[in-house]
Parts: sequence; C-alpha cells; structure tokens
Amino acid sequence: MKVGVMALTVLKNLVKGPATIRYPYQPAKVTPVTRGHLVINIDDCIFCGLCKMHCPADAIEVSKPDRTWRLNQFQCVICGCCVSYCPKDCLSIEQTYLPPTTSATIVSVTGPEPDKKEGQGEPVSS
Amino acid sequence: MSKQIIVPFGPQHPVLPEPIHLDLVLEDERVIEAIPSIGYVHRGLEKLVEKRDYKDYVFISERICGICSFIHGATYCQGVEQIMGIEIPRRAEFLRAIWSEYSRMHSHLLWLGCFADGMGYENLFMNCWKVREKILDVLERTTGGRVIQGVNRVGGVSRDMDAAELKRIEGEIPGLRDDFTELTRIFDEDLTVQTRTKGIGILPKDKAWDLGAVGPVIRGSGHAVDVRSTGYGAYDELDFKPVVRNEADCHARCLVRAEELFTSLDLIENAIDRIPAGDILAPVKGNPSGEYYARAEQPRGEVIHYVKANGKKNLLRHRVRTPTLANVPALVHMLAGCELADVPVIVLTIDPCIGCMER
Amino acid sequence: MKQPQQTIKTIAVEELIHQIHSFHDDGYRLVQISCASEGDAFEVTYSFDKELTLTHLRIPASTEKPIPSISRIYLAAFVYENEIADLFGIPFSGIAIDYKGTFIRTSIPHPFGSPQISVVKKKPEGQHE
Repeated sequence: MKVGVMALTVLKNLVKGPATIRYPYQPAKVTPVTRGHLVINIDDCIFCGLCKMHCPADAIEVSKPDRTWRLNQFQCVICGCCVSYCPKDCLSIEQTYLPPTTSATIVSVTGPEPDKKEGQGEPVSS
Repeated sequence: MSKQIIVPFGPQHPVLPEPIHLDLVLEDERVIEAIPSIGYVHRGLEKLVEKRDYKDYVFISERICGICSFIHGATYCQGVEQIMGIEIPRRAEFLRAIWSEYSRMHSHLLWLGCFADGMGYENLFMNCWKVREKILDVLERTTGGRVIQGVNRVGGVSRDMDAAELKRIEGEIPGLRDDFTELTRIFDEDLTVQTRTKGIGILPKDKAWDLGAVGPVIRGSGHAVDVRSTGYGAYDELDFKPVVRNEADCHARCLVRAEELFTSLDLIENAIDRIPAGDILAPVKGNPSGEYYARAEQPRGEVIHYVKANGKKNLLRHRVRTPTLANVPALVHMLAGCELADVPVIVLTIDPCIGCMER
Repeated sequence: MKQPQQTIKTIAVEELIHQIHSFHDDGYRLVQISCASEGDAFEVTYSFDKELTLTHLRIPASTEKPIPSISRIYLAAFVYENEIADLFGIPFSGIAIDYKGTFIRTSIPHPFGSPQISVVKKKPEGQHE
C-alpha cells in the first residue's frame, strides 16, 4: 500500500490550479479542424440546391427564384455533408461554437441581383 | 411471511447515466426479481434509412450513440462496402483501427468514472475524466470532433494523419500508460471499491453463454469471446489477444475494462509502426444490392449491423443489434437475489448505453 | 479486407423448434433475431455463433400466423421477440416473459409494420427574420 499519495495530490492541486476551463467566460479550446458552425459566402452561390438535397438533418432551405438560402442553426448537426457536395465551394465550417439561445435561430441570406449591381447581399440573422 | 413491494427504479435517477426503467420486486431489502421496460429514447432511426441516400446515412448512423459513435459508423460502412464489393485501401483500415482504439479508451474511461460515481467516490470520477480529456484532445486534433468524429465514408476515411501527427501521438503514449497504471491500481487495491464489488452480481460461466451475454460481461466470466479475434479490418496484423478473467463478479468486469485500456495502447503502437502509405478513399459508383451482417467489437461488446438493399439509392432495411440489448437478460439474472443498495452497481457493471439500445 | 461469406438457410415454420434444439445441443450462442419487410411479406432471421462464425436461419412470417417462441430453449430470446412483436406486430406464442405490447413505449402501435406513418414537415415556431 502506498503512503503519501493523497498528500502529494493535494499539494499538486494547490499549486497548479483548476483543471477545467471556465467556459463561456474563457474561450473554448479549438484546433484548426474543429467543427463549430456553418457559414456561406453568398456571392458565389448558384442556388443549385445540392446542399438541401443531401442534408441528413433537413436544416437547409434554398429558393432559386427568390435567391435565398436559409439555415436552421438548431437543426444543423455540423456534419460537413453539404460542404463536400457544394460545386462552388462557398460553404465552410468555422471553428467557434455558437452561444446558447432559447429559441430556434434561422439564418437567412439573400444573394446579389444577377445583373451585377454593386450592392452585396444582406445577411439578416438573429 | 414478509410483504412484497414494488419499487420503480429509473428512468430519472441520480445514479443512472441512462434512462432505463426497472420494476424491482422487493421483500424487506432483498430484490426477488426485476422487470425491465425500455422505450424512453426511441427515435426510430431504422425507419429513416428508407428516406436518405446510403452515402448520407453514414452521418446518421454515427449519431445513434454518443459514446460508441465511431464504431457504429465504421461497421455500417463495412456492411455497405461488403455488399457493393468495394475493397478499401489498407491505410484506411489502419486509420480506422487507430481511431476505434482511441474511441474504446475514451469509452472505458468514461465508464470507470461513472462506476466510481455510482459508488459515491466522486474524487476518482473526476480523476478518470481528467485523463479522458487527453484522449479527447487527440481526437479533436485529428478529426475535428470530440465525441462525434464524422470521418467515416463509404469507401474509406476522409481525413489523413501525416507522419508528424503520428509521431506526436506515439510520444504521448508513455504518459498515458503511467496514468492508466495509477487508475488500475486504485480500482484493484482500494478497500471501498473491493467491499462494494467483490462477490456481487455473480454470473456463472455456463449461464453467461446460455443467456447470450457479450463484451466484458462474458469475458469476466471466463469465455474468450472478442470479435477482434476474427481479424476484420486491420486487426489481423496487430497481434491482438483478448483479456479474460474468471471470478465472474463486478470486480472482475471492472478489471477487464481497466486492462483493455492497456491492450488498446499496445494496438495503437503496433498500428503506428506498421501503417502502410497509400490513399485513403476508394471511389464508389452505383447503388448497393444484397444483404449482409457486419460485425465489430464496440467497447460494450459485439455489435451487428444488418444492411439490406435492392439496387435503389435508399437502403431497404438497416437493423442494429447493440451489445446492451444482448446483456439485458444477463442483467435480469444478476439482479435476482441481491440487496437494494447493490442495484446501481450491478446496473452500471453491464455498461448500459440505452441511446444505442433503442436507436 | 473482405469478410467471410455468410450462409442464410430458409426453412419452414414447422421445422423451427427442431433446428433450434439441435443448435442448443451443439453449444451455439444466440446472437440476435431480426425482422425485415419486403412489401407486405415479413421474414424473421435467427443468428447463431460458435467459435466466431455466424450461421443464420430464416423463416417467412406474417401478422396473422403466430410463430412458436424459442424462449423456453434460449431464455435470452424474450427481449428480441418482444421487440419484434411491438414494432412489427408479428405474434409469438408462448414467450417466457410476455409484455403484451408494452416493452417499447411508442405513440402508435406497430410503427414499422404498417405503412401508417406519413412525414409532415413542420415550420419551427418563433421564426425570426
């Protein structure tokens, strides 16, 4: 039976500090490949609808005549399926996690007009 | 003649990690029999397979369970690859084996923590989960997700580990080995753990075979049944030996899981030495047709994925037989005749994963 | 690497108990019982394992004719037979512990057996623009 194991552990903990991160007051650990949340670069999108067809969680809605792309952030499981199917590579996954909210968040993005007006699309999110 | 009363145990209970309901028939403080009933987290995922492309379904099959998620995805891919006749690259099989062993270590450490917590030993629970953080860091660095990895694809894996990363993982293994040795010593020698687990929940050797128990439950009773011995994937080249104990009580099952941590470290070291170079994803064309029963070894036992397809892009049937469902008759047998205070320890010793069990 | 081929033998319902007895005497372990539907016809498959090789037995089934239960020989079968009876509606006669439809709590009876499920897409409430 070993003696002094508990005393050594107590001294180590007094010196080193807590082993946990006080998230969300301190930022979470991320790595370059962490999957946090989905974003779209709406200027390149051609509204083909492939991301909506292949989403396993049915979280994306695309409307070609209105040129809108909507994402239900609560339903999205950040699997990366849409990213691999997009033909124009306009979808990507950012590393930070989203803050907690109390109701479903729909991100709705409208693309630019096709006759090359210089105004960019207005991302309306809540 | 004492009266018999029925005590409902679960689904919400502070000591249970998962929602299972047991009706315990008690006489004084001794359990006469236990009647399980399930269905609290049934999501009907097997019906969803008829509505999703078979390649997109990999993401759903990984989310059947949070703890054993990588091996569910890998076994589903194995089944579909077999019926389509695809031969995946050898490097992809080695990568799948490395991630499976990391997944197994994280699940066993989670279980050791919950087991200590079920006995009231919260300090040991926190220490086990502190070691688990190091394994989750490795998984996040290499795949992008701590609990759900999302790298399995039909035809291989989608992300590679380069030589620098493999060297870094190999450098961390001696530190993990020291941590595991200390934890195993506590579970083996500590007087509290011994008094609460030795001689409790005995499952004799012939009963274990008859009731169809799988995983550490049957390996703690003397049978060397481990699906990794069949050599699926890369396990035929990794010198695997199953861990078996003969005492058949809760203490034996606890030590089987603790010693499997060391087996996993050995398998990872062998895999890193022998991994061949090559590509990681084979091209997939067409639709599957046929049926197959794919088998793999999860941390909790033997899992079977049955896939059946008839040439369309949605599969016809996908049925998962998880190891917890096979251990429920063994649980009912072990609970008969024990004291009321031993019920949480015995329920935790079969490692219930009710999310998997009810899909 | 390719997995070994598996043999699935289809037999009639009357020979089931005799075959199960011979498996039990040879020392096989019951692995699982599963049910698959192709249109209106169901088929129930029993899987056994000895020395890590699987063999399967398959019988045709329907919701009218009851299948004799094997839980007198293999007690572990009661879990699988109750689950099939709850989800698909195929009756089994003589299960050792019979839950009579209450093993898995679902909101509609026999969800996998009958085609009474329709998928309705609901717009989430609290839509913010």
